[in-house]
Amino acid sequence: MIVRVNGVEIGAWNGETVASVLLRAPGAGRGSTVSRTPRLPYCQMGVCFECLVTVDGNASMQGCLVPVAPGMRIESQHGPREISK
Amino acid sequence: MNADVIIIGAGVVGAALAYGMALKGKRVVVLDGADRDPRAARANFGLVWVQGKGSDAPAYSALTRQSSDLWPVFRNELSTVAADRVDYERPGGLVYCLSETEYANRAAINERTHNQGAQADTEMIERGALERMLPAVGLGPDVVGASYCKLDGHVNPLQLLAALHRAIMLLGGKIEFRSPVKGIVPVSHGFRVIVPHGELQAPRVVVAAGLATPALTEPLGLAMPMKSERGQILVTERIAPILPFPGSGLRQSADGTVMIGATNEKIADTSVTAASATKLAQRATRIIPALGSARLVRQWAGLRVLPLDKTPIYAESADYPGLFAAACHSGVTLAAVHAAVIAPAMAGGHLPEDLAAFSNGRFNVQKCA
Repeated sequence: MIVRVNGVEIGAWNGETVASVLLRAPGAGRGSTVSRTPRLPYCQMGVCFECLVTVDGNASMQGCLVPVAPGMRIESQHGPREISK
Repeated sequence: MNADVIIIGAGVVGAALAYGMALKGKRVVVLDGADRDPRAARANFGLVWVQGKGSDAPAYSALTRQSSDLWPVFRNELSTVAADRVDYERPGGLVYCLSETEYANRAAINERTHNQGAQADTEMIERGALERMLPAVGLGPDVVGASYCKLDGHVNPLQLLAALHRAIMLLGGKIEFRSPVKGIVPVSHGFRVIVPHGELQAPRVVVAAGLATPALTEPLGLAMPMKSERGQILVTERIAPILPFPGSGLRQSADGTVMIGATNEKIADTSVTAASATKLAQRATRIIPALGSARLVRQWAGLRVLPLDKTPIYAESADYPGLFAAACHSGVTLAAVHAAVIAPAMAGGHLPEDLAAFSNGRFNVQKCA
């Protein structure tokens, strides 16, 4: 299947997680919510929160817990999520 | 002798006392409990809180204000000694009122505290003014207003505890972890303290073991009447700053998480319940509806250490000079005064007369018919 990471099309397998795609997509790191330093997915099991990502417009998704779907829009999230007023 | 003072309890109360003594050059050994002990110091909400405290106990109210005023210096010194980060802010704090009745009750509590001679540092704030204080959020329709006290603040309580432990060790003190005390035996010129793998001796012993305190002090005739109360807390994911003021039951940490608390339950275990999670989340979203979209990442429970009249106890044994005990609900708020005032007094061997209101003798009043 094809998903989009920061607007760029990339191939993905059925059953693969968003975090797994992020590990091979060029420039798909994120900024830490606290220090804004660059991060990539780490634990792959829902514990470390280093794979926080915006999926189809929903911020702060844990990429390692979300399976990919055809046409999914995945965007790097820099800093903490903004809560709307 | 193994030390000048043995402190039983490495929670935030015991650690603040040990830190205060170590700052004065005393050799301290701090004995921490077992891994599965209740550990209020690792479960609490992190407020450094003045408003409403001791509304029926003027001495407690005054001690709380004193500690609140000592906190900025205490934090800076601790952070320097421990070479560690301790997130602390004192922007003033809010108690949200979600009905006219809550607003009136809160105003009455403030009134009562002021009448005891405390300064008028707490004020009631109507909804319009509250909205201007919180420009980044929309308030729910039930919010009538809030009580605001300019002295209130908040701290990361885990950083506080870690920094105290580091500072004690850097000042030459020792902390023995996993050393639950079996008993205290008076000997000439001091005490033997029995731990699982041996014993220690010192001329002074301070028991600050939270809910385990009475079992250690009462065999020596030092009564420490207290009870426990369970509190459950929720915490959200880290979000962009929305809350510039800590609140009772709602505060945003420096890292961006929003803490939502806390329940008051007469239950003696630290399990969590879905019913309490629901209740806490509902009140938080009645205050700030947008919090409904924040993800909860953890829920936990701790046991408050509550002296029977909710006022701190600083006790000194009459039978065994050199034996002291401390217990309080507000170990975080009182940490500064514990380090600066209580610790040197206990290390010196006597509690001063102006702390008499906190002695355990106050519980010995005969019941009137």
